[in-house]
Amino acid sequence: MYRILEKKVLGPQVTKMVIDAPAVAKKAEPGQFIIFRIDEKGERVPLTIADYDREAGTVTIIFQIVGKTTTQLNELNAGDSLLDFVGPLGTASHFDENVKKVAVIGGGLGTAIAYPQAKKLFHMGKEVDAIIGFRNKDLIILEDEMRQNSTNLFVVTDDGSNGNQGFVTDALKKQIEAGANYDLVIAIGPLIMMKFVCQLTKQYGIKTIVSMNPVMIDGTGMCGGCRVTVGGKTKFACVDGPDFDGHEVDFDEAMRRQQMYKTEEAESLRDHKCRLEGMANNG
Amino acid sequence: MAKNMAKEKVKMPELDPNVRNKNFEEVAQGYTEAMALEEAARCLNCKNKPCVSGCPVNVRIPEFIEKAAAGDFIGAYEIIKTTNALPAVCGRVCPQETQCEQKCVRGIKGEPVGIGRLERFCADYAMQHGYKQNTDVTKNGKKVAIVGSGPAGLSCAGTLARMGYDVTIFEAFHVAGGVLQYGIPQFRLPKELVKAEIDGLKELGVKIETNMVIGKVDTIDELKEMGYEAIFIGTGAGLPKFMGIPGENLNGVYSANEFLTRINLMKAYKFPEFDTPMKHYKKVAVIGGGNVAMDAARCAKRLGAEKVYIVYRRGEEEMPARNEEIHHAKEEGIEFHLLTAPLEVVGDENGWVTGLKNIKMELGEPDASGRRRPVQIPGSEYIMDVDAVVVAIGQSPNPLIKSVTPDLKTQPWGGIVAEEPSGKTSIEGVYAGGDAVTGAATVILAMGAGKNAAAAIDEYLQNK
Repeated sequence: MYRILEKKVLGPQVTKMVIDAPAVAKKAEPGQFIIFRIDEKGERVPLTIADYDREAGTVTIIFQIVGKTTTQLNELNAGDSLLDFVGPLGTASHFDENVKKVAVIGGGLGTAIAYPQAKKLFHMGKEVDAIIGFRNKDLIILEDEMRQNSTNLFVVTDDGSNGNQGFVTDALKKQIEAGANYDLVIAIGPLIMMKFVCQLTKQYGIKTIVSMNPVMIDGTGMCGGCRVTVGGKTKFACVDGPDFDGHEVDFDEAMRRQQMYKTEEAESLRDHKCRLEGMANNG
Repeated sequence: MAKNMAKEKVKMPELDPNVRNKNFEEVAQGYTEAMALEEAARCLNCKNKPCVSGCPVNVRIPEFIEKAAAGDFIGAYEIIKTTNALPAVCGRVCPQETQCEQKCVRGIKGEPVGIGRLERFCADYAMQHGYKQNTDVTKNGKKVAIVGSGPAGLSCAGTLARMGYDVTIFEAFHVAGGVLQYGIPQFRLPKELVKAEIDGLKELGVKIETNMVIGKVDTIDELKEMGYEAIFIGTGAGLPKFMGIPGENLNGVYSANEFLTRINLMKAYKFPEFDTPMKHYKKVAVIGGGNVAMDAARCAKRLGAEKVYIVYRRGEEEMPARNEEIHHAKEEGIEFHLLTAPLEVVGDENGWVTGLKNIKMELGEPDASGRRRPVQIPGSEYIMDVDAVVVAIGQSPNPLIKSVTPDLKTQPWGGIVAEEPSGKTSIEGVYAGGDAVTGAATVILAMGAGKNAAAAIDEYLQNK
């Protein structure tokens, strides 16, 4: 069992948890992920490692409440335990020493995944521009953490409610055109956001790394449920990734594959909510 | 005791095909006590015991059957357990027709003795009657690590534990058993039995650490630093092969590993009681002719598919699946498209599978493996109307351990290089066996390899 040591609500739909998992903490690197399972009937769900503390033996996860399992996870509190927590999985992000200036882009929850990348690059002495985007100001997460681990921070909202209206692509374009001269862009967020970032950076010929988040089951390379087409070849995101060259990724296929279980996911969530309400009604 | 000279085995009761193809209950119901006694009386207890040499773990077959024939099923079980860690499993999933039963003298003029069925009966009987094994083992204080809890690892662990070693198994999944858990379906191998057999190993002192992906959490070198004096790698062949044909990434195309893992390990057939989803496809094509293909096809049927097709590029004679599984699949309404090879998975504008484009084949000249090579018949292409495709054309060893253990020699196709029969690898103190060495084979061959490696590890550590 893996104890939840700390729980913090970061936003209306986003929660952070610190998990007691020394074996995972010992080897975790930015870009890697874990797979958790809440209970005997639970499914295996991947989450990127948002932070880790090797000394304390803890791993931080940040998740968005999107379906049954994340709703159920959010119902747990510090002191509760997860049945399974396996990792670190996937290939750690590889940062080229020659890179001098990087734009790290986080879209929504993707900011939680972009954060350890920004932190690592910043501590490697790189110049890091962090660009993070949210639908509105209430959904902004990790602003302080990002500020402390970047040279410049740009926070944008779709609706302009934080006074800085625009998409991350708008902010990125502005910096590039102002002569930012990035050697590398790291983009993490919804597939559609990563796709547009890649379309933009391709025009400028800037190498762009994305972090893919397909459906996964085992996360160790034995099923291929997470396969993505990269440079015309089939890759397993759980072992070959999750980081890939964004200019090589077939985003349209990835978006299509992500929709595969939408009906079942909705059914499962509805079922869970019914049971909760049923329990409430029964006193 | 009077011998039973009937030419045929005592029949085993089975669920009706049209009932069982709608549920996941075990198909073969097993012998009753009377049936077991009757079948056991068919064994002639021959002096040279050819059956024993046909068994990869050399179960003392005539001895256990003699006990069973006398009604001492517990005594029979104890004899089996001296060489076989998982008799309830082996009795069910071993291809006895090519192993112990192939060598049976009674098979010359009739059917061989139902050795597998008897092994199964004795194991089930012992479990049902609350059998408690003798767990008195003198510990020798030496630690051995086993990587992977499939049949090879379990067999190696059980053998070493009985010798007094302090054994720890590291398993990547959340539950031990390997292919016995994620691959072979409930209707062939009830998971409660797998758990019971593994619990038996725990009683012997074997520790099992789940959620440990060796290569990611700890490396082989780190296991040595942790005080494990020998290591056995039994990580299997879990890397799925795809065909590389167009449309393979469409929605509705699965590797057999994914399809079976969702259903067996994650119990997606009980969705939404269990959280892992599986779609209820109407028409499913399963590509391949092995046991995995049969398992996937029969699972698809049980999930409610109206049509399930096996698509195989050679003929039925060449199918690697057990005859019994092919027979069961046919009984359950699976349709076979033999001498047929897929060319392309066809999809709609939203990226969902709508069909499988196949071409008919004919058998040409024998290839390197001695089997006649299938050759395409030009102009025979047709589209099979399906909404899901399961690819069951084989697996290869997972490259993870190799990738972080440069000194570990492997074959070009990924198998670990290991000496026969010791399982000794290119690294001192590190042994390997099962599918990780041979590529995808059978449960019992993996168990045999695990057992042989245990003997070699014992010898190595005694002389160290």
